[in-house]
Amino acid sequence: MKLHLKIWRQNGPSAPGNFKDYEMDHVSADMSFLEMLDVLNVTLVKKGETPIEFDHDCREGICGSCALMINGNAHGPDTGTATCQLHMRRFKENDTIVIEPWRAKAFPVIKDLATDRTAFDRIMAAGGYISVNTGNAPEANSNLVGKDTSERAMDAAACIGCGACVAACKNSSAMLFVSAKVSHLAQLPQGAPERAKRVRGMVTQMDQEGFGNCSNTGACEAACPKEIKLENITRLNREMVRAAFTE
Amino acid sequence: MASIKLFLKSSVGRKFLVGITGLGLSGFVLTHMAGNMLMFVGPEAYNTYGHKLITNPFIYIAEVGLLAIFFVHMGLALCLALENKKARALAPSQKPSNCEKDARLGSRYMVHTGILVFVFVVLHLITFKYGPYYPVSYHGVEMRDLHRLIVENFKSPLYSGWYLFSMVILFSHLVHGFSASFQSLGFFSVRNCLIKKMGWAFAFIIAGGFFIQPIYGYFYGGN
Ligand code: SF4
Ligand code: FES
Repeated sequence: MKLHLKIWRQNGPSAPGNFKDYEMDHVSADMSFLEMLDVLNVTLVKKGETPIEFDHDCREGICGSCALMINGNAHGPDTGTATCQLHMRRFKENDTIVIEPWRAKAFPVIKDLATDRTAFDRIMAAGGYISVNTGNAPEANSNLVGKDTSERAMDAAACIGCGACVAACKNSSAMLFVSAKVSHLAQLPQGAPERAKRVRGMVTQMDQEGFGNCSNTGACEAACPKEIKLENITRLNREMVRAAFTE
Repeated sequence: MASIKLFLKSSVGRKFLVGITGLGLSGFVLTHMAGNMLMFVGPEAYNTYGHKLITNPFIYIAEVGLLAIFFVHMGLALCLALENKKARALAPSQKPSNCEKDARLGSRYMVHTGILVFVFVVLHLITFKYGPYYPVSYHGVEMRDLHRLIVENFKSPLYSGWYLFSMVILFSHLVHGFSASFQSLGFFSVRNCLIKKMGWAFAFIIAGGFFIQPIYGYFYGGN
């Protein structure tokens, strides 16, 4: 399959950056999207050009590294999948594919398609953990959690911290991410002791990082590879109100 | 106290305030629309209702409160919107992401529709509240003939057209605003079926109510 690629090239965080065209022949439909980029990079290296920088790690949809905006869709055209789970069979002969990095002030471009998403790590460090002793395996049996509560917490825990929600949002808001982390822990008994402190810390850090404010549009939910639900943002808002009246 | 302050300064807290003031304003337009329905009963009922409202001593407290709610809603929403624009940072050559199109239509234009509603409100106050004073008296009590003023204005196709256009804008603002307020307050998600339907129903009732009034004034007023 023949493809026309338009890829964002940018030399460094403060370099201007622009789209560059690349033509590719013989792309196999069985390749994954990232393998297609690997092949392109090999040809670039052979020609003595600088390969295209992009993030990836697990290549099985669990680490959240592979952050690419493909034809204006975060993680490409499919729903509920990360870029690394996208395959070339999704494209047709002679297609033009536009590939860009995530765009948000809080996610500065490091180089080409790679962005600095350590803002998420700092948000996590501001409260996205539990510091109580949760005990050993037997405690899991004595500490009962209702089925629907555990399901809701597990669904929220599925967030891989990729940042697609920020990339898709017209406000570059990180609320879906923060709400997933808060919802995950706030609903479980282990997360209860630090419930108020956690949400206060994470929201304050989120605001400081320069993410926008949610305007309840729902674009994040549509882009999320883990299908994190908007209900979590409602829960985050609720948790913040609750925390306002808790010391 | 410190945690309340932190809450009110945070993005979530300011959204909360925009939501709760938005619901307050929704309540106001609902009573305004319902009160206006008295114009169908007749000039006397309508004018007497207006007279009772403005002669009530509590009206000043209510007006100040309403004004405060209005400005908190607008000021915070604009401030949040400016922050959002700053946070986006798209390169000049870039188009917005497709996912933005998955965003609910009204939700993408809240600032625009909000500003139009504000312009409408200012003009509306100039036309009516601070407009010409026509006296009329019923049972020996003199009052303002607001009914005449309204019908006079609605008789102009230009004015009625602008009024109807503004109501379409208000409709779009309310469809998203009503349900989104409940999300910001932490009650329901905007994806919640019931709250979505309620948002549509509320916007329909308000815009629909305000819609028939100029149409009636234009065709039948003064007969
Ligand atoms: S909420 Fe979804 S889109 Fe956002 S970081 Fe988590 S997995 Fe990625
Ligand atoms: S590379 Fe790990 S999620 Fe895609």
